[in-house]
Amino acid sequence: MSVTSTLTSVNPRTTDARDSRPAGAGPALRRGILRAPVYLLLAVTSVLAVVPFLWMVVASTHPTSELFGTPLPVLPGGELWANLARLQESVNFSQVMLNSLGIAVIYTVFSSIVSIMCGYGLATYRFRGRGILLGVVLVTMMIPMQVLLVPLFQMMASAGWIDSYQAVILPFLANAFGIFLMRQGFLDFPVSLIEAARIDGASEFRTFYRIVLPVARPQIAALVIYTFISQWNAFIWPLLMLNTEDRYTVPVALNTMIGMSRVDYSGLMLGSLLATLPLMLLFLVFQKQFVSGLLGGAVKG
Amino acid sequence: MVASPLAGRRPATKESGRRTLARRLQRPGVWFVLPAALLLVIFFTYPLVTSLWQSFFATSGGVTSWVGLEQYARLFADPLIGKSLANAALILIVQVPLMIALAVGLAYLLNQSWLRFRGGFRLFAFLPAVTTLVAYAVVFRVMLATDGGAVNQVFAVFGVEPVDWLNNEWWARVALIAAITWRWTGYNMVIILAGLQSIPAELYEAARIDGAGRWQIFTRIVIPQLRPVLIFTTVTSTIGALQLFDENYILTEGGPNDATLTPVLYLYKVGFRQFDFGYASAIAWLLVVLTAVIAIIQFRLMREKK
Repeated sequence: MSVTSTLTSVNPRTTDARDSRPAGAGPALRRGILRAPVYLLLAVTSVLAVVPFLWMVVASTHPTSELFGTPLPVLPGGELWANLARLQESVNFSQVMLNSLGIAVIYTVFSSIVSIMCGYGLATYRFRGRGILLGVVLVTMMIPMQVLLVPLFQMMASAGWIDSYQAVILPFLANAFGIFLMRQGFLDFPVSLIEAARIDGASEFRTFYRIVLPVARPQIAALVIYTFISQWNAFIWPLLMLNTEDRYTVPVALNTMIGMSRVDYSGLMLGSLLATLPLMLLFLVFQKQFVSGLLGGAVKG
Repeated sequence: MVASPLAGRRPATKESGRRTLARRLQRPGVWFVLPAALLLVIFFTYPLVTSLWQSFFATSGGVTSWVGLEQYARLFADPLIGKSLANAALILIVQVPLMIALAVGLAYLLNQSWLRFRGGFRLFAFLPAVTTLVAYAVVFRVMLATDGGAVNQVFAVFGVEPVDWLNNEWWARVALIAAITWRWTGYNMVIILAGLQSIPAELYEAARIDGAGRWQIFTRIVIPQLRPVLIFTTVTSTIGALQLFDENYILTEGGPNDATLTPVLYLYKVGFRQFDFGYASAIAWLLVVLTAVIAIIQFRLMREKK
């Protein structure tokens, strides 16, 4: 069973098939006593998992003064628009959301193209330097990206790119993890399909574009979502690169709000809610691809 | 399945097919990988080498000079390095096992066929993994406020005194561990759930026929079968703990009194608050070595199985 159906599927292979066994006197009662704590445990876990979300929603619709008052508000209030207006005024939040979306979309498009092409090249062709390139990709995956912060910062500074979007996007376009994921995927690609296209006289790029890409769509969807999430979450690098408030991404803007002399907590909670919303929407619409993308193909079959 | 002579040969055919195809086509391969190769050389290999080179230099009064291994000697004498590594170790020893155990338990329960609302429970448990990193840290920071914060107010209902979550050294660590556990348990749960679902049903059957009980099946069948998945999640979480930055930067900025300082946060402060690039590079390479050690241990563990 593949990981993509993990969340939604009803598993036919059960770990407990005892139900079918005759269990003596009062099996239903015994089962009930055994199972009640499990339901209780799961209910508590679910509440703990969901409460911060609900609190985020409730808090973004109340004035800051009520967030720390007694009793705590538990239902949505009527201050949503006032909070939104303050959020817009203090950090130009609409602009910040646009920046984050723009950066994430552009990064996702180009990074995915680079990963798909490189993964396909590594899996399909033999050429000089292939082994070295694969080695570099593997090493890149292992090495903590923080090692690059100082030298990349200096590179961007000497290029005069500090406070620019390309400085945020360009250095991490070649995503080793994405490349590796695509290579693993294309290794299983049916060679006969490529051969057939070639016999029909299609050029290599045409074969790639018309035959390979359409067939590989599910794995590309997972890659695209993985890439988008990683850029949407990116914090330390945009924090280093962007200095002008109008150019901030959402995480950097939220960080600025925390540091203000009088913190607007309601605005902060609303900002956090809006920061999470795009990922929630992605999750709701593309649940399967989202899970396999988020796990980065950690488990296969 | 009937053992056919063809069955054994199939992979070989595929491989040799790939090879003839490959021999004819040397050039296109290069074109496909060129963009990635160029980007990796410019933005990975070059800065990586620069970083190592820089770790042998020190800048004082605007003059940069070769100091050999002095920056690395500083690492050993620096109490903040010790403290940040100790904090990372604490998270490793307490948070990672706690989270993996929770994730295994949850996944096991959520894989039971008799369980009702299974889809709903799974969805709720996974939900925290959908939040934006900085955003969830912000929410925890607000909820953990000492005066009137949501958590302390709930505590007050049960008659518990307000806890000074983010300003007390030990409570700050507890808060950080709780936040990370909240965010990542569901994520690991899904990976483990996928592992559980790939355990063949016959194994359970056989164990049951042999008279194994619930607990025996769990410890003798489920856990050994999950081994690769458990190694994967543990190593990923370990590396995550070693490279922790977003959460503690937002929650406590490494405080109070450096109680939640981590190596990456320290690197950030040395590099971009004090602009001591040489020393920051040495810290960076310390991280590389530690990550490599973890990766080697993982490799060994994976191999042992065969």
